[in-house]
Amino acid sequence: MSRGRTWFEALAGATFDGEPASVLCADESVRGERARFLSVVPDPEARFPRARSGELGLEEGWALARRVREVVAADDDRGDRRALIAIVDVPGQPYGYREELLGLHLALAAAVDAYATARIAGHPVVALVVGQAISGAFLAHGMQANRILALDDSGVAVQVMSKRSTARVTRRSVEELDEIAREVPATAYDVTSFARLGALHRLIEGVNAEEPDAEDVEMVRDALAEAISSAGHDGSTDLSGRLASPEARQGRDASLRVRERLAEEWSR
Amino acid sequence: MTAPAPTGTKFTELSARERAAALLDPGTFRELIGPFERLESPHLEPQGVVPASDDGVVVARGQLDGEEAVVLAVEGLFQGGGIGEVSGAKIAGTLELALRDAERGRTVRPVLLLESGGIRLQEANLGLLAVAEIHAAIVALRSHLPVVGVVAGMVGCFGGVAIAGGLCSYVIMTREGRLGLNGPQVIEQEAGVAELDSEDRRLVWETIGGEQRVATGMVDALVEDEVGAIAGAVRTAFDAGPPVVHRSSQVERYEARLAGMDTLDQLDGPALRALWRDDGGGR
Repeated sequence: MSRGRTWFEALAGATFDGEPASVLCADESVRGERARFLSVVPDPEARFPRARSGELGLEEGWALARRVREVVAADDDRGDRRALIAIVDVPGQPYGYREELLGLHLALAAAVDAYATARIAGHPVVALVVGQAISGAFLAHGMQANRILALDDSGVAVQVMSKRSTARVTRRSVEELDEIAREVPATAYDVTSFARLGALHRLIEGVNAEEPDAEDVEMVRDALAEAISSAGHDGSTDLSGRLASPEARQGRDASLRVRERLAEEWSR
Repeated sequence: MTAPAPTGTKFTELSARERAAALLDPGTFRELIGPFERLESPHLEPQGVVPASDDGVVVARGQLDGEEAVVLAVEGLFQGGGIGEVSGAKIAGTLELALRDAERGRTVRPVLLLESGGIRLQEANLGLLAVAEIHAAIVALRSHLPVVGVVAGMVGCFGGVAIAGGLCSYVIMTREGRLGLNGPQVIEQEAGVAELDSEDRRLVWETIGGEQRVATGMVDALVEDEVGAIAGAVRTAFDAGPPVVHRSSQVERYEARLAGMDTLDQLDGPALRALWRDDGGGR
């Protein structure tokens, strides 16, 4: 079973039979807070053959957008907007001719749009990275969250391209890539290196990511509840918190310098 | 510092800086964090890549039809337009300032010249974070005023930058421009030449080229590769105001389009044009 399904079933306590079968969706509370859980999982029967192994493809992008927008519309006249929880275990986007023809970039933009729109409307959006978080798939499902949590586990990987593909594109061996990653943490795959860039709200330690027991699930549920509450309380609906973290002051120094310089020169 | 290119000049022959100047009203171009400030990427030299003094993105304030504007021009000739920490922060930071102004009732028209292979692999997750911030800023900003993207060529627009294109209020393309998530060479490499022959130019352009994208309603305007035509199309887009429903929010329309699709037979560009031309779902 994929980690995305394992954690979805553990946290949302549900099986799912909606369409498409690759985008799991359930409404369940977290320590009394209403939430919608979303997870992208493999579906060997998926209509698009290149998106059968958990890739975030055309149907997945648009379905995520629909599921997120349902919540934004349903809570529109309520004071409390329910949380959206993106369980992230995505190996990337499908590489296919048909996908490009039918506008894969737009399908991923639809998911980005929906999550960002929900965040701006005041929904706490929390990403929980339990496995792979690769590339366009992570941009579409996770990166627009105002809180990102990740399990501290060797099977958790955050990168812009799978290691195998990066090796081929850059004509380097996997060993050479590992060598570079030691010098340039932004090119590393492990979640500890990603944490040094300051975008994580919390790295959750001591949890079995592959086969969680009841105690592991409770620990993650506590972390989700804390993230929902903290997102609800700080009042900001943008991503500026990522650059305000102590880690970002070190790990994203140039990002901060560019913004300072732009602000000085913007109006004259 | 940058003399505007005369009408009639091919847009794709211009550098990013010249493109920005060519779009803005004459005499209004003012570059922010210009090349003499030498705000370079700190990550390239250790990996044996010579950095550029502007990191491949030009930020130019100026005017369009007398209205305040800012052009963000990606230089496709530097690292394939790949977005790194500095170039990404220039785009995201500028859009964030335009958003701050818009929230205070001051509009600065944003134009994105998207020539990019996506995230720069040497800067990897720093680029990923920057691109997510670009996406966030476009979605926030476009509720105030249109965000206009131009994909002119020759590099094309791919990866996380193509997602940014998908988020724009309006996208203007030339026949030479290409817009897609994965570039043809990457698809051929990852899925095999039977999936897509990246050397087959006709096939590639019939799949992701400007004419195809306009014909299927995935972008808004097809223009000649000429300075005056592109400058005019950009102004027309702002005159139109924000769309009623942005394309990336048209979930029902696109889910219906995909539901009716045969996903196993190898559908081609001309066949898709016939299917998607007039499905009544446009704005």
